[in-house]
Amino acid sequence: MTIAVISSGMLSSIQDLGRYGFQKHGVIVSGAMDTYSLRIGNLLVGNQEGEAGLEITLLGPTLLLEEDALIAITGGDLSPEVEGVQVPMWRPVLVKKGSVLKFGKIKSGCRAYLTIAGGFAIPEVMTSKSTYLRAGLGGYEGRALKAGDKLETNSISDYSLNLFNKLKKKDTAQPFITTRWFVDFYKFITLSNEHTIRVIAGSHFSRCSSNSQKNFYAGKFTVTPQSDRMGYRLSGPEIKLDEKFELLSEAVTVGTIQLPPDGHPIILLADRQTTGGYPKIAQVISVDLSLVAQMKLGREICFQEISLEEAEALFIEREQRIRELEKFLKLKMNWKFCTSR
Amino acid sequence: MHASKHTLNISIEPFGDSAIIVRFGNRINSDIYEKVQMLANDLENNPFPGMIECVPAYTNVAVYYHPFVVYESFKQVNNHVSPFQIVKSVIEEVIDQLEEGKRTNNRVIEIPVCYGGEYGPDIEKVAKHNLLTVDQVIDIHSNGEYRVYMIGFAPGFPFLGGMSEKIATPRRSTPRQLIPPGSVGIAGGQTGVYPIATPGGWQLIGQTPLQLFLPDKTPPCLLQAGNIVKFVPISEQEFLYQKEEIE
Repeated sequence: MTIAVISSGMLSSIQDLGRYGFQKHGVIVSGAMDTYSLRIGNLLVGNQEGEAGLEITLLGPTLLLEEDALIAITGGDLSPEVEGVQVPMWRPVLVKKGSVLKFGKIKSGCRAYLTIAGGFAIPEVMTSKSTYLRAGLGGYEGRALKAGDKLETNSISDYSLNLFNKLKKKDTAQPFITTRWFVDFYKFITLSNEHTIRVIAGSHFSRCSSNSQKNFYAGKFTVTPQSDRMGYRLSGPEIKLDEKFELLSEAVTVGTIQLPPDGHPIILLADRQTTGGYPKIAQVISVDLSLVAQMKLGREICFQEISLEEAEALFIEREQRIRELEKFLKLKMNWKFCTSR
Repeated sequence: MHASKHTLNISIEPFGDSAIIVRFGNRINSDIYEKVQMLANDLENNPFPGMIECVPAYTNVAVYYHPFVVYESFKQVNNHVSPFQIVKSVIEEVIDQLEEGKRTNNRVIEIPVCYGGEYGPDIEKVAKHNLLTVDQVIDIHSNGEYRVYMIGFAPGFPFLGGMSEKIATPRRSTPRQLIPPGSVGIAGGQTGVYPIATPGGWQLIGQTPLQLFLPDKTPPCLLQAGNIVKFVPISEQEFLYQKEEIE
């Protein structure tokens, strides 16, 4: 199966769940900004949840599917359509040979994920298919897609094949065939207008002035245009330290909120550096990272403090939901064996 | 000479909900450095269920883990305990049993640097801040012997200990959007080299033609924690010549 890139969109790159194990060499993790959307997208087409998908940012690409393909589109709603017909998201879709997939207006979020049965045939670099843009590593030739690229896919799993055959039988005049059921993504991520991000206090929060501590939780911050996959730079009430101090560089992680001396916090995201020397004032909890990743430039956010124990409980609960979803989807895809004749 | 575990002030704190930081102190010191390396090596050789990786720094080790895997692996033994508490107690046990390891790799690597001008746009600021001339800054920086304490921030970026306080200069108040690869910088009492083009807040004093990140090699970096680095001043012609040779 081949997908030809007719136009690239703003930033479309191959991403999986990240390149782990090399941070001590300074090699960043990369990976999908919104990992839940990618994981669910993979499960919907019968892949392993960590398979690589295409991360599509704001302005989507135009893609020609040269053969029948089982895909799913998850994440932010960038109005996907096949041959001019709107494609439903968060469910498996069998797109017919020779159809063109396009994206349009942004209805919610800012990053969509395209997953495909079998996954993209991309060589792993240091155990991951993720594109590390700055170093030109991994993904499709180490870079974002451009017009003229051809993406190949791997052979598909038995689950995918069962679903593919089942959908094929439902053939209609539409350019694609889809299921009636879908995943209720609100159980996994919020793409609504809520703008509260939950955080745990960081190692150096207590070193902010008491006024700044208050402002951090009471104030509204805006995602500035200097934001990218590395981090979101925020503008809002200035956060100041009680007393300036030089910190020895140490590990930073996804969701770490750093405070540079200019008083404007930075939320570190998928392409974050492995270590940093600015004070760490807070840490976005894991379950809210997808919500941050779906925030467009200009969006306003507020921070709310919760305890580590609450963050852990939310993490465990969401993982349990994903495992349940995986079991449910596998049953759905195997229904051929349950219902045949 | 090693500090016994009783003289080290160890603290273990959560680092978000999926990592933990073990701190052995808060200043650059070779005993602390040894403990950091020993703990990181020990955990890498015997990872606990759910552990992802370790990132050693000057005085601490960050250990990344998957909270759900930790929870699932230990819930029979320890119901209702948070993944952080489980990991913390696992690491405390490891620290109690740390044995003096082998001394780290003392390989010496010379890094040629073209100082100042367009290659080191902040060198005058560093000189001014320390009431020195540019030549004195170059002299002090290139006469030091530096230990690689950690690699981090970007692939192959060495954090070097041993820089003279005479040229210490605070970071820029707003980081630069893009720094050319090979740039040699100063941040507080640290010095280091940017291996790839990246944003950053260090004061830039020069540039090396060497490539520090080698993605096709194992390990993928020129420098490893423990190496000794010496900076050798070179002229602009020499810089351009070497750069061409390498590319």
